[in-house]
Amino acid sequence: MSMRAPPNVTLKVFQEALRGLESTVGKSWVFTSDADTALYKDAYSPFFGEAEERWASAAVAPSTVDEVRQVMRIANQHRIPIYPISTGRNLGYGGSAPVYSGSVVLDLKRMNRILEVNETNATCLVEPGVSYFDMYRHIREHKLKLWIDCPDPGWGSLIGNALDRGNGYTMSPYRDHFGAHCGMEVVLADGDLVRTGMGALPGAQTWQQFKYGFGPWIDGLFSQGNLGVVTKMGFWLMPEPDAFRSGTVALYKEADLFKLVDIIAHLEAAKIMTATTRVESPLLYGAFKAPPPAPELVKLREQGPTVEELEAYASRTDTPYWSVILRFYGSAKLTAAQWEYAQEKFSVIPGARFRDGDFYEFPLSDAAAEQIMDKAPLGIPSLEAFSMGGRSAMNPNPSQGHIWFSPIVPMSGEAVRECDRVFRQAFKEWGVNPLGLPLPQLYNERTFFQIYGFPITHDPQTNRKNRETFRRMIKLAAEHGWGEYRTAPAFMDDIMDVYSFNDHALRRTCERLKDALDPHGILAAGRYGIWPKHLRNDRHE
Amino acid sequence: MSKLFSAGILSLATLTVHAADVPPEGKRIFDQWCWSCHGPGPDKPGTLGLDAKYGGTLPALLEERRDLNPALVKYFVRNGIYMMTPFRKTEITDAQLEALAAYLSRPKP
Repeated sequence: MSMRAPPNVTLKVFQEALRGLESTVGKSWVFTSDADTALYKDAYSPFFGEAEERWASAAVAPSTVDEVRQVMRIANQHRIPIYPISTGRNLGYGGSAPVYSGSVVLDLKRMNRILEVNETNATCLVEPGVSYFDMYRHIREHKLKLWIDCPDPGWGSLIGNALDRGNGYTMSPYRDHFGAHCGMEVVLADGDLVRTGMGALPGAQTWQQFKYGFGPWIDGLFSQGNLGVVTKMGFWLMPEPDAFRSGTVALYKEADLFKLVDIIAHLEAAKIMTATTRVESPLLYGAFKAPPPAPELVKLREQGPTVEELEAYASRTDTPYWSVILRFYGSAKLTAAQWEYAQEKFSVIPGARFRDGDFYEFPLSDAAAEQIMDKAPLGIPSLEAFSMGGRSAMNPNPSQGHIWFSPIVPMSGEAVRECDRVFRQAFKEWGVNPLGLPLPQLYNERTFFQIYGFPITHDPQTNRKNRETFRRMIKLAAEHGWGEYRTAPAFMDDIMDVYSFNDHALRRTCERLKDALDPHGILAAGRYGIWPKHLRNDRHE
Repeated sequence: MSKLFSAGILSLATLTVHAADVPPEGKRIFDQWCWSCHGPGPDKPGTLGLDAKYGGTLPALLEERRDLNPALVKYFVRNGIYMMTPFRKTEITDAQLEALAAYLSRPKP
């Protein structure tokens, strides 16, 4: 076993620091062996087996805030780079690996206390190691009339996902996980402890109820950033509705896209339809989780059909050019009225067809909840998302993981059509074929996420080619005014590079804050493209 | 009426249940960490994967397998395979992994 010290740290100093960490958290919670540090690799690394693959020199797992503070003091004293993770399940976005190789991973999984759940006020306060599964179980066990909003995989951390600005699938505003937070406790790089919002008032009665407190609201600095270690965070939870209802709108003309998007935008902004949804094209791409297309449609798609030919096929076979599932939360009566209103709105589009979908009333028994296939819109965590790319009867050759390219595009038919056209043309020119759900997903309330996926392989040449394509997509998107909302460590610098207004003023401002709050540059170096002073020349892989 | 719950590590282990209902540690770890992928049902990626891999020659459900041994279970938990990631020791400790491996390798009637 060969211990590797972090860059620019001697083995002697590193060993001294490790002794300090061991006396802080206990010897069994400091990991230094090769076998143990290998567990902190990014399981979905696009650098698999290459020199750039991120590695941890050690990991330390505190169980209390005081221990976190002491870890930061020791790291400062010995100039040890530290990289905090919550549950380390941010797969596709770096997982449990540090952005800066050689960092000591600060593994917060043991801090897994649900500190408070207030049913009447629909709020909670949790530690970073609490997963969506944990919170869901807690709510079920105590029969609380509350829902969580979870991202695709349920084993992620409420705090980690919110800090990475992840999204879920229930009602807005709950599905914007950072937006739904209320109050933080943060350990700064030097070990100082800050509470934000009302938490700054000792004995505050409303830390999880009023976001802003007094003075500048600094919470955003700790999301997608590297200025502190968040040790507690409050969230607003969704009150359990009496009922859920869904319905599908199907449209058969290519130009219907424009009105479709306008109506969705109105329904969402007016809070008539508050759930997430996705514009699908069963005709062009197949519906999500749908059976394989008819041979005739496959042939038609391959021959480069005209819009008229596609529309003729759509109408003749009842294969929608566009479709969208609308989901409603409320009561049986309320959701029926919302669905009826939505149908009225869509009826201005000639030929629009409607199909009733699921209807559930709550609470559901555990057995009934388990029977539901599309769990996330009902706030039920699962790991079903891993079937995408995983081995199945339909996919005999599983991938080793995935990464996502998801630029934010305007919520307009023009933008959706333009984005689809631009990337489709680029893929043809570049000779590539990313995985995809190449149609927009509505996570945020005023924009679309246009999601493209890349499989992770264990073939460096394929990974290299995918990274190259990913980087070209970042630049191409930026040329059209579309930017990524979140990414894996491999691309953080590339994306921060295109957020370049006024000679990279955003990055320069973050760097000034970084230098002030973390003068030794020990905390999460490189995260989201923000590097400490001594490493700024090391940007890029 | 407000229900306020304060402090305390909350997990399946802290539930107040009758002793007879308490599952063995290995089963508890399986339910907490493995079931969401390897339980029964069409939304369990691990079960779907093993079903496709073995085509019925071996059970798709890990809990029904008779050919597992502790070393094999431990290998997959710490190394992962394809979409399945390794599990860290802060998630499943070595002692818990022993219990899980023993549970999945137990003789079945």
